[in-house]
Amino acid sequence: MIPASFDYSAPSTLKEALNLLKDIGDEAKILAGGHSLIPMMKLRFAEPEHLIDISNVPGLSYVNFEGDHLKIGAMAREVDLEDSKEVGEKFPIFHDVAKLIADPQVRNFGTIGGNLAHGDAANDQPAVMIALDAQVEITGLDGVRTVGIDDFFYGFYATAVQEDEILTGINIPVPTGRFGNAYHKSERKVGDYATGGVAVHVELDAEGTCTKAGIGLTNVNPTPLRASRSEEALVGAKLDDTTIESAAQYASEDCNPSSDLRGSEDYKRRIIKVLTKRMIHKALERAQ
Amino acid sequence: MEKEITLKINGEEYTQKVEPRTLLIHFIRENASLTGSHIGCDTSSCGACTILIDGKSAKSCTILAIQAQGKEITTVEGLATTEGVHPIQEGFKENHGLHCGFCTPGMMLRAVELLEKNPDPTEEEIRWGISGNLCRCTGYNNIVKAIKYAGAKIRGAELPSTEPVFVE
Amino acid sequence: MIQCKTSKEIGGMGHSMKRKEDDRFVHGKGNYVDDVKLPGMLYMDIVRSPYAYAKIKNIDSSEALKIPGVLAVVTGKDLEQYNLHWMPTLMSDTQMVLPVDTVMYQSQEVAAIIATEKYIARDAREAVRVEYEVMKPVVNPFKANDEDAPVLRTDKEDQKDNHIWHWEVGQKEETEKIFNDAEVVVKEQMHIPRIHVSSIETCGCVADYDKVDNHLTMYMTTQAPHAIRTVIALVAGHVGLTEEKVRVISPDIGGGFGGKVPVYPGYVIAIAASFLIGKPVKWIEDRSENLQADSFARDYHITAEMAGTKDGKILATRMKVLADHGYTDASANPSKFPTGMFSIGTGSYDYSHAFMEADAVYTNKPPGGVAYRCSFRVTEAVHAIERITDRYALEIGKDPAELRFQNFIKKDQFPYQSPTGWEYDSGDYEAGLKLALKTVEYDKLREKQAQMRKEGKLMGIGLSTFTEIVGAGPSKDFDILGIKMFDSAEIRVHPTGKAIARFGTKSQGQGHETTYAQIIAEELGIPAKDIQIEEGDTDTAPYGLGTYASRSTPTAGAAAAIAARKLRDKARKLAAHLLEVSEDDLEWEPGKFSVKGAPEKSKTIQELVFAAYTNHPQGMEAGFEATHYYDPPNLTFPSGAYICVVEIDPETFEIDVKRFVAIDDAGNIINPMVAQGQVHGGLTQGIAPAMYEELIYDDDGNILNGTLMDYLVPTAVESPNWETGHTVTPSPHHPIGAKGIGESPTVGAPPAIANAIVDALKPYGITHLDIPITPAKIFEALKEKGVLDKPIVG
Repeated sequence: MIPASFDYSAPSTLKEALNLLKDIGDEAKILAGGHSLIPMMKLRFAEPEHLIDISNVPGLSYVNFEGDHLKIGAMAREVDLEDSKEVGEKFPIFHDVAKLIADPQVRNFGTIGGNLAHGDAANDQPAVMIALDAQVEITGLDGVRTVGIDDFFYGFYATAVQEDEILTGINIPVPTGRFGNAYHKSERKVGDYATGGVAVHVELDAEGTCTKAGIGLTNVNPTPLRASRSEEALVGAKLDDTTIESAAQYASEDCNPSSDLRGSEDYKRRIIKVLTKRMIHKALERAQ
Repeated sequence: MEKEITLKINGEEYTQKVEPRTLLIHFIRENASLTGSHIGCDTSSCGACTILIDGKSAKSCTILAIQAQGKEITTVEGLATTEGVHPIQEGFKENHGLHCGFCTPGMMLRAVELLEKNPDPTEEEIRWGISGNLCRCTGYNNIVKAIKYAGAKIRGAELPSTEPVFVE
Repeated sequence: MIQCKTSKEIGGMGHSMKRKEDDRFVHGKGNYVDDVKLPGMLYMDIVRSPYAYAKIKNIDSSEALKIPGVLAVVTGKDLEQYNLHWMPTLMSDTQMVLPVDTVMYQSQEVAAIIATEKYIARDAREAVRVEYEVMKPVVNPFKANDEDAPVLRTDKEDQKDNHIWHWEVGQKEETEKIFNDAEVVVKEQMHIPRIHVSSIETCGCVADYDKVDNHLTMYMTTQAPHAIRTVIALVAGHVGLTEEKVRVISPDIGGGFGGKVPVYPGYVIAIAASFLIGKPVKWIEDRSENLQADSFARDYHITAEMAGTKDGKILATRMKVLADHGYTDASANPSKFPTGMFSIGTGSYDYSHAFMEADAVYTNKPPGGVAYRCSFRVTEAVHAIERITDRYALEIGKDPAELRFQNFIKKDQFPYQSPTGWEYDSGDYEAGLKLALKTVEYDKLREKQAQMRKEGKLMGIGLSTFTEIVGAGPSKDFDILGIKMFDSAEIRVHPTGKAIARFGTKSQGQGHETTYAQIIAEELGIPAKDIQIEEGDTDTAPYGLGTYASRSTPTAGAAAAIAARKLRDKARKLAAHLLEVSEDDLEWEPGKFSVKGAPEKSKTIQELVFAAYTNHPQGMEAGFEATHYYDPPNLTFPSGAYICVVEIDPETFEIDVKRFVAIDDAGNIINPMVAQGQVHGGLTQGIAPAMYEELIYDDDGNILNGTLMDYLVPTAVESPNWETGHTVTPSPHHPIGAKGIGESPTVGAPPAIANAIVDALKPYGITHLDIPITPAKIFEALKEKGVLDKPIVG
């Protein structure tokens, strides 16, 4: 399998990259880790005329806690989250998810930014970012704009990143009180796309009442999905079994899976229900 | 459309003109004539093409040669030194970690990074650690054993027995 | 413990000698077909059909030919001029090389590009425009013989429907009578899914035709180089490629498992292209091409029935098979056995009557089927008998282990005549099952299961006690395209006592370079490390039928032992001459002959070999060489007792294989380490179809999982830690008492896993699930039964 011919640039500044994007137009594609794009090009499902490799652009590979945010640069690799102890302490959900994305070699080069920018509901990071209420930094020639994760995913392989823009970073608010988070997906074998995946983040007050909840679902909707009704069921409540059960039930009702080789619609709804329940419990445990 | 790239493979520098679409695995196999790294699939699923880029295991079928500009690459041909074989090579041979040998170079290169990060991995860590490399022959038991053996060798620990163990 | 007759230094049978071939592999110095690079070599790529059944209206190559570096676009019409557009299959059916007017399955070869670079060839492939008229395909084999089904093989004059052949064996009427009168009859409909060997190396070749010498050297991934040379001569002899003008070289092979037995159209096109252009042509498949177009395995729909008494005595079995062969019967079976060794499906049990029948049909799917690490359809048969045996145990409420002990063929009943006509050579089924049960602490495990069920947990224990049939085969019954299924060994010992031995087989990872050397070391006392093994070059190796169906040790291994014994006889003569005693006064111990009663008078094998070149007696032929073509008197019948323990998540139905114990009996073991490695690998290829792998087609004949992203080859995570052991019941007719080991686990594991899963779901009243058994499939089965989330009762 061999990609069709294309031209290639590796600009050394963001501005240069943006100018190239503007000049070339919609035939250009940004190349970050390439682990979503190159497989599609090899199968000739994608035939961009020009790749703009942003790996030489300095300052995009960071993973830092800055003030009350975790900041992730667009070129940070999946492995950077997986290997970061500090990230694992605050956001064990990133260790959960990293282990389940493809395989170690892919995680060495695949980027978190690319995982989002690909706009694929089957990718795992989108659900996590939904649960964590991430903000996505998008840079254009006019400057940087920030888009909430709920406004980021437009449709099948389509995101808020416009043709002349580049996703440059992701900001995740770090809560101050008690909180916990967790992710799991059901997969046919390790490294597979999810049959269904659930990311949960909960914040609790001193009495154990849920003050904030984020639940994101993987691969059960044309776009990554926020399980809003489930979140609402949790917020303001003590997270007892009944509450959790109804949140899980809502998630299974509100997702829109389609039957395919991974299972029937019914089976996927069941997976979502079970995983929602389990991930709330796990997040809760971690919040203790 | 060809562009000149310079990269190092097993310490040797290669400067060549390539089409941007040249896959790194093809550069290694065709341009550098190092045929130890193999191609087993189209979809980054099998890991037969695994090499190290600046010490990190990578699937060279999913990376453009041009992305490796300025990088140092290690392939199976670069594992042994004048001192002798790499512990992972010894581990695979001594523990029958290979049958047909086709997945072996990729499997070993992946294991090299795994052991670099953690020279004393558990069986589960090894199994998850090589989950991007398919082997159709061995059933993985002896690959796990080979990697454990290599880890012990790297740590300077007592080497585990290489005799097959049977239930009796 | 395995006893060794030779010292570690000699390294004969029973020593876990480290493999001689490994040094080159761990250094990346293996030489696989894609590593072959010849001066002036061209590259071939193949345009494939997007449709399962369509008329080709037009092939427009003009744009492709405009691309610099593209030399030719070869179509069926081009090949038709040389009568090279079709070829025979191994089952004497016919198969298109390239279509002249109709494509019969998705991903079928439509045209071939020849170019100077592979990147250019791939670009040209995209530029060829093919106009199709799509037709409604036949996909469901059960509908292939419906009245409104189109007759697919209009190229075959006598073909009036889609039925290929009918086969039957056993006692139809007597069996029916037993079924009619039986206290208990159980029946299940099973599908043994269409799967793919998916060796990590795909198939490929370099065809190098020399116009001046009119000689073809064919480097290719083949498990049977000699047979392939003959096939090439049969197909292309009329254009001058007669057999002495063809050399097939099978270099290192990255896994075969049966998928590298057939001749694929790509090979023939590459030969034709090299023949016409006069330059070497390389063709290496992509994985998707490999999965989508190369021979599949299995795809048997089986109705299995068992009749027995209420207290557990099996009386008879009946099996009816519908075999989906796809577009042509391209099975790799011995000629007289259209269902291969399926008739081994009476199993390890002693009963008098059985009847089996099979019908094969054409459909618009890729042709096959090959073996997938199994001896000719044994896996299908074993799955059917081991599943229906469990079904019977379930029906009468008897423990499946107890039921097996009750019905086993006993050790003293061998050689045993099976109701379908086989003579099982030897076995000790009780010993194997006892060891397996002891290993898992079976009784305690059943108690634990009862306890877990009370707690609402799903745990299952599955058994499989199978008999295989391998080592094809005796020449009176076994041939492929008329060539008898013997195999060969030729040993040459050099003056200094080191040797080279060549074989008609071809290792694809089995370790022949080590194990054959050990067989010769056992017989001759020359250290195995001093014996170089060569296979795969038809110019140097003696003729043989190749490596598949676990036949290498039973046939070529036997040939090695007998050739070595011929040499030992010669050594005895030389020793008698040198020591000046009669041959009868000599005794042999590994590595030397000594005079009886005077052990200080002795000659080592090395001394005797040297004498064969330097001091041989008058009248004796000089040199130290022997060849043997071994025609086995019978097949060998390895067996095994496997136990699988699973736990199933009661909410997601994810299946966790907690333990898997495999006790094999392959007779005498040449190299325990290598034999165990074969078992490990076979077990992973057993769990694969049991839980993960199946080629799936939609109603239009489109493959839905034609890449390794969706065709789920197990990783080290899915593959559990295998626990293995063995009993040793030598084959009485085999020169070294060995039976073959490489495929038993692939054959025996799937029913153990399926039985375990069905056992776990017993509280829900599930009696059967088709493999691959996935969590989603369990969900659907429970839903259909209306028992989803019902509390279980122990």
